[in-house]
Amino acid sequence: MNLPKTTMKPSIWTRLTQSKYFVYILVSPLFLILFAYVIYPLYKTFLQSVVGEAGLSTESYRNFFSLESTANLEALFNSVFISIISVISCAIVGVTMAFLLQRYEFPGRKVLSVLVLVPMALPPLIGALSFTFLYGESGIFPRFFQSLLNTDEVPFALSGIWGVIVVHTFTMYTYFYLTASAAIKDLDPSIEEAATSLGASRFRIWRKIILPMLTPAMVASSLLVFMISMASYTAPLMFGVERTMTMQIYLSRTNGNLEMAATQSTILSIVSILFLIIMRLYQNRRNYQNQSKGISVHRTEVRSTFMKYLSMILSIIGTIILLLPILVIVLISFSVDGEWTVQIIPTAYTLQHYIDLFTDGDTWRPIWNSIKMSTVAVVGNIIFGVAAAYAMARLNFKGKTLMDTLIMIPWALPGTVVAVNLIAAFSEPTVFSFNQVLIGTFWILPLAYFVRQLPLVFRSTFASLMQMDKSVEEAARSLGANWCYSFRKIVLPITMSGVLAGTLLAFVQGLGEFVASILIYNVSTMPMSVAIFQKLYAFQFGTACAYGVLQVLLIVIVLLITQKLEGSMASNNMM
Amino acid sequence: MKSVKLDHVYKMFGNAKGVEDINLDIQSGEFFTFLGPSGCGKTTTLRMIAGFYFPTRGKIYFDQQDVTTLQPNKRNIGMVFQNYALFPHMTVFENIAFGLQVRKRSNAAIKEKVNNVQKLVHLDGYGSRKITELSGGQQQRVALARALVIEPDILLLDEPLSNLDAKLREETRVEIKRLQVELGITTIYVTHDQHEAMAMSDRIVVMNKGKVQQIGTPQEIYNAPANTFVASFIGESNILQGVIKEINGNVVIVDLGEGVQLRGNKNNCGPNVQFTIGETVNLSIRPEMIVEGDGSNAISGEVQLVEFSGIMIKYLVKAGKNKINVMFVNKGINILERGEKITVHIPENGIYFLGKEW
Repeated sequence: MNLPKTTMKPSIWTRLTQSKYFVYILVSPLFLILFAYVIYPLYKTFLQSVVGEAGLSTESYRNFFSLESTANLEALFNSVFISIISVISCAIVGVTMAFLLQRYEFPGRKVLSVLVLVPMALPPLIGALSFTFLYGESGIFPRFFQSLLNTDEVPFALSGIWGVIVVHTFTMYTYFYLTASAAIKDLDPSIEEAATSLGASRFRIWRKIILPMLTPAMVASSLLVFMISMASYTAPLMFGVERTMTMQIYLSRTNGNLEMAATQSTILSIVSILFLIIMRLYQNRRNYQNQSKGISVHRTEVRSTFMKYLSMILSIIGTIILLLPILVIVLISFSVDGEWTVQIIPTAYTLQHYIDLFTDGDTWRPIWNSIKMSTVAVVGNIIFGVAAAYAMARLNFKGKTLMDTLIMIPWALPGTVVAVNLIAAFSEPTVFSFNQVLIGTFWILPLAYFVRQLPLVFRSTFASLMQMDKSVEEAARSLGANWCYSFRKIVLPITMSGVLAGTLLAFVQGLGEFVASILIYNVSTMPMSVAIFQKLYAFQFGTACAYGVLQVLLIVIVLLITQKLEGSMASNNMM
Repeated sequence: MKSVKLDHVYKMFGNAKGVEDINLDIQSGEFFTFLGPSGCGKTTTLRMIAGFYFPTRGKIYFDQQDVTTLQPNKRNIGMVFQNYALFPHMTVFENIAFGLQVRKRSNAAIKEKVNNVQKLVHLDGYGSRKITELSGGQQQRVALARALVIEPDILLLDEPLSNLDAKLREETRVEIKRLQVELGITTIYVTHDQHEAMAMSDRIVVMNKGKVQQIGTPQEIYNAPANTFVASFIGESNILQGVIKEINGNVVIVDLGEGVQLRGNKNNCGPNVQFTIGETVNLSIRPEMIVEGDGSNAISGEVQLVEFSGIMIKYLVKAGKNKINVMFVNKGINILERGEKITVHIPENGIYFLGKEW
């Protein structure tokens, strides 16, 4: 028996890194960031809502729910009403589209199944804008029918709450469409076949098999659309619906009633976070998935001549409806500013706006501002997102659920609320802002973008880390690579497509961000979206739309690249 | 090449026991196998040797060096993972060269070494292939080449053959053994496949429920299993319970009830078997030790199942309350059918007394 002679004393560093508490040292910066820029601002807003001039009070909450001036309650009711109707109409449109496109073969299906995703390429502001141009009171269609019917007033126009709901339906049905078509694709056809073999009728199969199996997807999308509708700010703004929660917050702030703004924000935060929690709980439930391999859903072909023509006509109408918003923005972007007044469509056209975008200093500055601020935010998102994703995927520590929830909260919070929170937290020097007042400086906007996009890089990186086999990293370690080397040479290259996908998405979202920006920008940091809004009010429609086209183009490019990246992620995973 | 020593190693996962009190002395240059059912702790032990887990208690030594809490990248080990864990974004050459690049070898040296090892595993000319363009067997050889090229002190193989189809598995088994003998490298191999373990190993440790059951050469483990678990896990075994009736010098007579009595040799027994008249004892009888026809220790019964596999004929014989598996080599003998009567006998050295499981 050869007894070991040398017994190395472990160094302090080794003892530290071996300790089971070492992991908490590693994750503490992440929690610190989440605390500083998510929790602390939320808390400050809450504090502002309960601390009045005479100390602690619930006065503003009583005012909110008071029956004497019902503006706030009306706003809450309107927001909830708009959200519920939006969910229903999005569900009808999205699920119908999903079934038609996934289950039936008809002329025009291929074109339609690409165009159906067009609304995703529209930033909220541009979407709302295009609908007012098309169907608003001085929009193209109402005026066209006015001149056609020769009436004094426009025969119809999209306005008010119903305008908001139509815009919501157009921009948000894709959430239902995507989840429903994924669920339909995953439905195992042999289950339907089994039901048929047991004697079930078509109707019964739908009611008892297909719809129940789609329920998880439907519930998830409903919660999502409800949340986004509650947070919606641009659509009510464009259609002048002042009595919604987000608009009330905006108005309270501009009127200087900070306490009320904080109260409204807090209430809206509570609703949003509640929905986030319900959504997370629900997502953990089991989903139904295709268990047999290599069988894909069969499409029913439309056969009769009448149905063929009908479906063709409907496809064409669908295509037009889907493309019109983008077309109208492109059209107006060529119109001469101030020339379009009472005509159906603009009369004079020019290329000048596009030349101005890149040559005129005043027009270029908002673009440059947006690029700068979005870049700063995205760098922060990459560092935080990659670190947090690695920690969540590879380290073992208590508080994972907490971290996950904290990262998701900013995503659930309406942009308006994020802005109000940041104002509450950083209009005075704090430790987290290095003893600086951030409000009014360049830094507050990138910070808002960083917070709003917190989950994006994290989620996509986390997903590709989960796909990557843990033993690949261990193999590198066994071959002598230290942690840094294997992270640089193995982990990063393999997960690069995920990191990149999230980064690009965060970047374009930053470029198009409007809701938070409008509350915290100043003259020298005005971003692109705010510029669009201001040009609109100066009746410079052409310039506004030229910015809009630029944003849409950027989003389309990013969506295409992301799709490619996801494809390469899938092929890496083939082995 | 280094020896590996595990000294009273324990591993807990929270409150769950991973492995308990593992003591091993693996010699330099030895082919040593961890064998056991899934969940027995063999991979846990291997990962502690690799450095991916640290023991909760106990020490691990490479030669005289205490490596208990040494980081895996400082151990100079070569490891082949069950799913190969190849780097999907690199070519075959880059995969194999990775460990040498970490060690900052010159490009010329890397090229030469990689080329040599590619030849060794019959992958010359595949250097610029992408990993996704390789078959499962080729991927396996890249993983092996990548582990060998760094000239590791110890080679660790974690079920490296389990993802290959049956024929390829046999070929690769021979290949790994050839490489190990040629290079003389200390090799620790994890498997749940007893055939693999028997065919390749110098010594085997049989594990179950986180504990070592037996350490020995393949012959020792097969012929002299330490307990019921080893006897039934390695090969097939009829485990019968009986009462000791008589002890006559070396001869022990055991009563199985129903008038069946077997004579065995006292020396043919596992560790710590107590021979006391009137006590129960477990017997292990290998099916291939049983001989057809009458003789000493004869048992008569009825054939209940017939299994013909070409080389072998297996019968399940029901004799009273006991059911016994017997196995005959197919030398053109007449095959019985279900329900026919059969008489077999067990030579004295075919009866093995088992100790209690611990």
